[in-house]
Amino acid sequence: MPDTTPTHAQAAMAPQAGWRSFAADWSSDQRAFKSASWGKTMMWIFLLSDTFIFSCFLLSYMTVRMSTTVPWPNPSEVFALEIGGTNLPLILIAIMTFVLISSSGTMAMAVNYGYRRNRAKTAILMLVTAAFGATFVGMQAFEWSKLIHEGVRPWENPWGAPQFGSSFFMITGFHGTHVTIGVIFLLIIARKVWRGDFDQERKGFFTSRKGRYEVVEIMGLYWHFVDLVWVFIFALFYLW
Amino acid sequence: MAQAAATIDEGQQHPIKLYLVVWGWLFVLSTFSYLVDYFHLQGYLRWSLILLFMMLNAGLIVAVFMHMAWERLALAYAILLPPLLVLVFAGIMTFEADYTLFTRERFFHADSG
Repeated sequence: MPDTTPTHAQAAMAPQAGWRSFAADWSSDQRAFKSASWGKTMMWIFLLSDTFIFSCFLLSYMTVRMSTTVPWPNPSEVFALEIGGTNLPLILIAIMTFVLISSSGTMAMAVNYGYRRNRAKTAILMLVTAAFGATFVGMQAFEWSKLIHEGVRPWENPWGAPQFGSSFFMITGFHGTHVTIGVIFLLIIARKVWRGDFDQERKGFFTSRKGRYEVVEIMGLYWHFVDLVWVFIFALFYLW
Repeated sequence: MAQAAATIDEGQQHPIKLYLVVWGWLFVLSTFSYLVDYFHLQGYLRWSLILLFMMLNAGLIVAVFMHMAWERLALAYAILLPPLLVLVFAGIMTFEADYTLFTRERFFHADSG
């Protein structure tokens, strides 16, 4: 039960505002992240480590692209599609971007409805998010098979620098894996929401601990991160 | 303690409209990014526009969708400052890549002698 009696300790940790709060929170000799639960904090720290993983991929891509003496294939032409007789550059990638952004939008609204204890809307919006994610992965599978069919391999391709293939498969493959894992977890959490686990404080199958609607927000952090990484891949790999 | 913290942390409550507005902006910014490629802009104009739209997109996602704008600075600094070190790494690898390119052109080109 929540202990509402104000104690000296709680008075001392009355939140300060502004940049002074940074030093005050970290030196409080208590939990440093006062507004974020440990679940949310640990998701953020995991995402920070994941940021470094994707940074390393994008940096190695930058390094091989800068140091090759062979011309880099033009992504605008490589990823062009012919739709209705007109050749549209990069159109599939643009559609994938909009699909992923839309999934982020529905996820943000799912989090919002979760905190309003609206079970049905939360679960439905999460399922829509998962559907967008699955669509994205499907389009990526189409893109991969198209490129493999055209002769792109991690060690060679018909248009120029062989490092193009290895960078492409590594970066988009890792990102697609993140999306796939996200879809699976979205379905799991959506089922819990639908069943009312967080209202009945039902114990989790794996952890035997009660979940809260905050789980939806933590799930959302992961999902938005996947979208965030795509923003960087889209700009640095496809548009550059 | 954990229970008391849980009651403080009653979650992020923001109007739905905010998310829809950000969603719209993400669409607009991504369209701009795509148009940079569509109109074949080149050179510094292309790079600066791509990076500008990328950072605006990323900023909106982190600040609003991931609620970082409403977190306390203790968390925001802990998460947002370390990735800046990646820029140092990028600087080091730029230097390295330039050197690799130099040695390849100087010693491995067919006509470099």
